[in-house]
Amino acid sequence: MNLYYFMRDALVTATGGGRRYHLWMGTLTLLMLAGLYGYSVQLRDGLAVTGMSDHVSWGLYISNFTFLVGLAAAAVMIVLPAYVLKDVDFSQAVLIGEGVAVSALVMCLAFVVVDLGSPHRFWHLIPGIGFFNFPSSLLAWDVIVLNGYLVLNLCIPFYILFSRYCNRLPRKRLYVPFVYLSVFWAVGIHMVTAFLLAGLPARPFWNSSLLGPRFLASAFAAGPAFMILLLQFIRANSPYAIRDETIAKLAMITTVAAQINLIMLGSELFKEFYRHTHHSQSAYYLFFGLDGHHALRPWIWTAIILNITATGILTLHRLRNSRFWLRPACLMLFVAIWIEKGFGLVIPGFIPSPLGEIVEYTPTWIEMVVTLGIWAMGLFVLTVLIRVAIPIELGSVRSPKATDVETKLQGLGAQS
Amino acid sequence: MNTEKTRFTFGDLMVRCGFATASEKTHTARQGDTQGGCGNPRPQTGASCSCSGGGACNGGGNPPGGSSLTAKPVTRRQAIGAMVGGALATTAFAASSLSPKTSDEEREKTLLKWQEYFKDNFRLMSDREKAETIQRLERLAYLDHATDVKIKATGAKPGVLFGYAFNISKCKGYRSCVDACIKENNLDRKSGMQYIRIFEMENGKMDIESGNAEYDHPVPAEGHFYMGTQCFQCANPPCVEVCPVGATWQEPDGIVVVDYDWCIGCRYCEAACPYWARRFNWSEPEVPAGEVNANQHYLGNRQRKKGVVEKCTFCVQRTREGRLPACAEACPTGARVFGNLLDPDSEIRYVLEHKQVFRLKEELGCEPKFWYFMD
Repeated sequence: MNLYYFMRDALVTATGGGRRYHLWMGTLTLLMLAGLYGYSVQLRDGLAVTGMSDHVSWGLYISNFTFLVGLAAAAVMIVLPAYVLKDVDFSQAVLIGEGVAVSALVMCLAFVVVDLGSPHRFWHLIPGIGFFNFPSSLLAWDVIVLNGYLVLNLCIPFYILFSRYCNRLPRKRLYVPFVYLSVFWAVGIHMVTAFLLAGLPARPFWNSSLLGPRFLASAFAAGPAFMILLLQFIRANSPYAIRDETIAKLAMITTVAAQINLIMLGSELFKEFYRHTHHSQSAYYLFFGLDGHHALRPWIWTAIILNITATGILTLHRLRNSRFWLRPACLMLFVAIWIEKGFGLVIPGFIPSPLGEIVEYTPTWIEMVVTLGIWAMGLFVLTVLIRVAIPIELGSVRSPKATDVETKLQGLGAQS
Repeated sequence: MNTEKTRFTFGDLMVRCGFATASEKTHTARQGDTQGGCGNPRPQTGASCSCSGGGACNGGGNPPGGSSLTAKPVTRRQAIGAMVGGALATTAFAASSLSPKTSDEEREKTLLKWQEYFKDNFRLMSDREKAETIQRLERLAYLDHATDVKIKATGAKPGVLFGYAFNISKCKGYRSCVDACIKENNLDRKSGMQYIRIFEMENGKMDIESGNAEYDHPVPAEGHFYMGTQCFQCANPPCVEVCPVGATWQEPDGIVVVDYDWCIGCRYCEAACPYWARRFNWSEPEVPAGEVNANQHYLGNRQRKKGVVEKCTFCVQRTREGRLPACAEACPTGARVFGNLLDPDSEIRYVLEHKQVFRLKEELGCEPKFWYFMD
C-alpha cells in the first residue's frame, strides 16, 4: 500500500509546479517529440539519413555515448567520500549524484539503441533467448555493466527515499554493501567502455593503454563539474540545504581530475607528434587536418583552449573559491570534455580508414535532432528524479500511513 | 597453416551448458552443415507455410538427416513466436475481411515475416529449421521482389581451407573483378556497394595507404601498379571476436560469414576490421529484378535488408560447389589465384611454395588468408 502511495505522491510531485517548471518540462517534451520524429525517419529510411558511412561508421550517437558513460561513472565521486570516507558533507549530494547517473545511463542506452541498424532484433542480445557473445565481445561486457549499473543506481536511491517516505530510517547494513559495489562498478563501466575502443588494433588512434585512465580522469573532471552547476542551481531554487563545503570539495575533485587529464593529454600529444608515423595520422587529422580535410580542427582547438583555461581557473585557489569564477570554469570544462571525449575521440579513429582513405563525417539534421531529443529525455528524467527526491528528503512528502510515527524520527531536517 | 582448428567461442560453451537455447542444437547444426537445405522442393505458390503456427508448419522441405529432430522440444521463443504468429494471422484475417486491399498474399507475407523474426541464429538451427527458413525466404523473395531464387545452405567440405593469392605484376586495374562481384553477390546498386577495392599505387611505394582506389582514367597508368583488397578471411578474425550477438563466425573452410538475419547492425565489426572489408546496408539495398543472381547461399549472396552488415565470402555459393569466385573467374589478366590450401596440388599451394609472398599488416596477427606476390 505504501508503494502505491509513494508512486502516487511521486507522480503528483513530478507533475506539479510553477510556470517556469512547466515551461522547462514542456520545452523538453517538445524536443523529445522532435527527436522521436527524427528517429521515425531514420527507422523508415535506414541509417543512410545520418552522415555516417562505411568509412566513418560511428558518429554523433556513439560520441555522446562515450561521453555520457563518463558522466554516469562520475556519480561515484559523490558516493565515494559520502559513504566510504564517512564525509557527512556529501550526503545531500549523493542522491542527486545518483540521479545524474541514472539519467546519464538512460541517455547512454538510448544512444546505443538509435545507433543500431536493426533495433527490432535487440532480443538477440538477451542471454538465454539470444546469443550473447560473452566474454569475447567487449560490447557484451558493456551491456552487462551498463544495465547492472543502472539497476544499482535505481535501487539504492529508491530504497533510501522509500524508507524516508515511510518514515523509517534506511538500514545501512542493507544498502551500504551495494553502495560499495556501485563504486567499483562505476570504475568498471568506464574502463569497459574505454576497452571497447582500445581493444581494436585496427584503429591505432584508440589502441592505446592510456585510453582507460584518460577516460576516468576526464569523467571525474566533467562529472563533478556538472554536479557543481546542478547543486548550485538546486540551492538557489529550493530549500534543500547544500553546504559550501560540499561545493568546495567537489571543486577540489574537479580540479585534481582536470589537472591529471591535462597531463595525460600532453603525454598523448607528445607520443603522436614527436615522431610522425602512420599511427599518428588520425591525430594529425584531428589537430591539423590531412590533405585539406579538417572538419574537426576548430572543435578540438576550442576544446583545448577551454580545457586549459578552465583548469587554470580551478587551479588558483582564489578563483576556484569565488562563486563568480567557479561556474564558468565548470561550464567550460564540461563543454571541453564533451568535445574531446565525444566526437574528438570517436570520429578521428575512423579517419583515415585502415587502408588510408580519407572520408569526412558531418552529422545530418536528423542526427542532431535525435541527439537533442535524447539529451532532452535525460534532462527530463533528471528533473523528475530530483523533483521527487528533494521533498522526500526534506520530509514534506510522507506516506499518509506514516504520520503517526513521524515524531519518533530525528535528524531528518526541517519539516516544511 | 594451423587454421584448420575450429574456433570454440564462449557462446558455444553457454549453449552447450544450457544457458542459451536448446543445448542440442549446436551439435546437430554442426553435423548437418554438409547437408544443409539443398534439395528442398520449390515452395508451392500460396500454399506453403500459410498454416498459422510459427515453426509448427511442416513444409515439404525436410532434408535428409533431419528426421531425428522432429521430436525436438519447442523452445520458449518458438512458442512465443507461434502464439503471437497465430494471433497475428487472426488479426490479419480480420483485417482482410474488413479491407479488400489486404490480399491473401499480403497476409501470407506478414505471417512469413513474423516467423522469420523469431528464428534462431543459423549456427544453432536444426536441419529442419534451416530448411523451413530457406523455404520462407524463397517464398518471400518471390512475394517481395517477384524473383524466383534458389537459396542453398551447403556446408563446408572436410579437408578444404580456402586461400587466395593476388599477382601484383599481372593486375592492370581494369576492375572486371569489381563488376563481376557486384553482379554475383547481389550488391546494393543504389549506394554502389563494392567488396573489392583496387588501389592504384605509384612505382617505388609498397604502402597501401598511399594508394588511390578512386582512380578514374584509362589503365594501366604509366608508372603505376595495382593492388586489390577484399575480405581476407583472416584465420584470427577480430571482427568475429567483437560481435556482441555472434552473428558472424568462421566456417570450417575458413570463410568468415555473417548471418544477415541475426546481425543487429551495431557495426562494431566494421570498426574492428583492419582491412576495411565490411560493409553496412545504410538503406534498403536495391537490385533490379532482372539482375538478381538467383543462385544464392544463406551465408552468401542472398538478398540483404537494411541495417545489417555484409562482406565478401569468397563467393561461398560458388566455391563450395567447386567453382571459382566470381572475381577470379572474371579477371582477364590471370592475376587472381584461388584454391584449397590443404590440397598440395592446388595452384595456390604452388604460388605459396614457389613465389615470394607477403600479406598486408601482418604485424596485427590476424593471419589473413590472402597473399600478394610478383612474377
